[in-house]
Amino acid sequence: MKNRAGKLGLILIMLIVFMAIFAPIIAPFDPVAQDLTKRLIPPIWDNNGLWPHLLGTDDFGRDIFSRIIYGSRISLNIGVISVGISLFFGLTMGIIAGYYGGVIDNIIMRLIDIMLAVPSIMLAIVIVAILGPSLNNAIIAIGIVGIPVYARLIRASLIDIKENEYVVASKLNGAGTLRMIFYVMLPNCINPIIVQSTMGFASAVLEAAGLSFLSLGAKPPTPEWGAMLASSMDFIVTAPWLIVYPGLAIFITVMAFNLAGDGLMDMLNPKGK
Amino acid sequence: MAYYIVKRFLYLIPALISLTILVFLILHLTPGDPAMAMLGERASKETIEKVRKDLGLDKPLYLQYIIFLKKLLKGDLGNSIKSDRPVLTEFMERFPATVELAIVSMIFAIIFGIAAGVISATYRYSLFDYFTMSISVAGLSIPVFWFGLILIYFFAVKLQILPVSGRLSYEYYINNVTGLYLIDSLIAKDYEAFFDALKHIVMPSFVLASIPVSIIARITRSSMINVLMEEYIKTAYAKGCSTVRVVVIHALKNAMIPVITVIGLMLGSLFAGAILTETTFSWPGIGKWIVNAVYQRDFPVIQGATIIIAIVFISLNLVVDIIYTFLNPRITFRK
Repeated sequence: MKNRAGKLGLILIMLIVFMAIFAPIIAPFDPVAQDLTKRLIPPIWDNNGLWPHLLGTDDFGRDIFSRIIYGSRISLNIGVISVGISLFFGLTMGIIAGYYGGVIDNIIMRLIDIMLAVPSIMLAIVIVAILGPSLNNAIIAIGIVGIPVYARLIRASLIDIKENEYVVASKLNGAGTLRMIFYVMLPNCINPIIVQSTMGFASAVLEAAGLSFLSLGAKPPTPEWGAMLASSMDFIVTAPWLIVYPGLAIFITVMAFNLAGDGLMDMLNPKGK
Repeated sequence: MAYYIVKRFLYLIPALISLTILVFLILHLTPGDPAMAMLGERASKETIEKVRKDLGLDKPLYLQYIIFLKKLLKGDLGNSIKSDRPVLTEFMERFPATVELAIVSMIFAIIFGIAAGVISATYRYSLFDYFTMSISVAGLSIPVFWFGLILIYFFAVKLQILPVSGRLSYEYYINNVTGLYLIDSLIAKDYEAFFDALKHIVMPSFVLASIPVSIIARITRSSMINVLMEEYIKTAYAKGCSTVRVVVIHALKNAMIPVITVIGLMLGSLFAGAILTETTFSWPGIGKWIVNAVYQRDFPVIQGATIIIAIVFISLNLVVDIIYTFLNPRITFRK
């Protein structure tokens, strides 16, 4: 069973990336093009389905399948940018705190404590409230919310290996601060960061979809999966397929990254299972 | 122990002060004039001036903060811009609904999570183990709002056995004692209302429980596996104890420490995490109220809600920490 789930996760991720890159080729329609003569067509396996609208159309006659394909681009963007923001600031803060220790460490960690004093979704909503609801601001908010995890993780790892002989030896050899951090210490504590980034990607996609569902992120007609769900809520009785597929897309994407993260954790953990 | 608890309390003070500064700044971090941001561009000059004066925006920043803090200490979180009612009153009206939802989901999560985790650990690598662990990965990945909509479709639209939304049907009235309908209806001995409230809470609490149940199942499993490998478990088996006795009496208690910590920490985030679930099921709790405040740029509500939620969250974490020291006296805290 070792890592079979992790492999499945990786394959799914590759598929999603493929979908995002080749969206214009795969998608049969423009994701935002309306065709009011073809409103609310069910998926093709329904008796009223209409080829080539594989997964049917929404209330503006937009092709669901095409929208979901293009949605993968948005979700991957959200993941990459928000995890990037969390990583950049989290690592910078964590490295400074862990490497220098003392007063700087104390100040940075208290700052992190304050961020952790508010539950993450609430913090994201507050940031969106300040910046104004939009997809870009939702991405920034999710990025900021993720900072504490990385900062704490890297700080703990740095403190853990600080007293190791190879670290002390490099220092005695005259290695400068930057060399110490980036060549000696960081490569030895990067594994948990890789695992956390993969899992962080999953939660970023989930949180962004959540914010869009609350209308605090992407706005229609953007083919964002959470926003698609939000605008389909009124059709739960008449056109339930509008609800099924965007949610399934979010679910599969998030699960792919979670599985890959689990697999990586098993693989990179030296103690093994 | 007392030393640790006092120290933990003292640590809270700077955190709370910084929190109030940040919450105070929410209003000032918005691009442009805060009064205009709240009222919209079409508001007349006089209205904007009035709101500026009401909010004290015409005074220097540090003075505004001191006034804000003074009011806060008196429990005055200001008035909602939209309804002109005190934020605290509005919060207290809605909070019981959120608390009830969070508690019922936590009960769900604890019962199913611990049971699944214990069975998985006892019969490791069995079919049941693979099944529950797969479900737990799914539970962590499923968007709660989507899960909610799917349940609504099946149980409310198709089968019509559960209500679509809300807390109680129109024909019932429950006298407010605790604000928790399940308890209030029992106090009033109105069993019909109790079952109606129960029907309303089943789906939202099940949905809200999806993440905690997965986490609890995973933590219980890994913690139980560690404990089951201990020497005293082998001794218990050697003495001839049955599996049930070994698992329930000898192992479970020792495996519970990390589980209880996680449960405590999650309870706090459930209060805020309910926002999505509440929106899906139109549950009249604080979640919907906060989201509406963001749409309407009702900053006093956003500020007040953030402060109260942070205080609830911090206090719960503190309680968890203290319980933890009682449960695990081996832990020594750095002085």
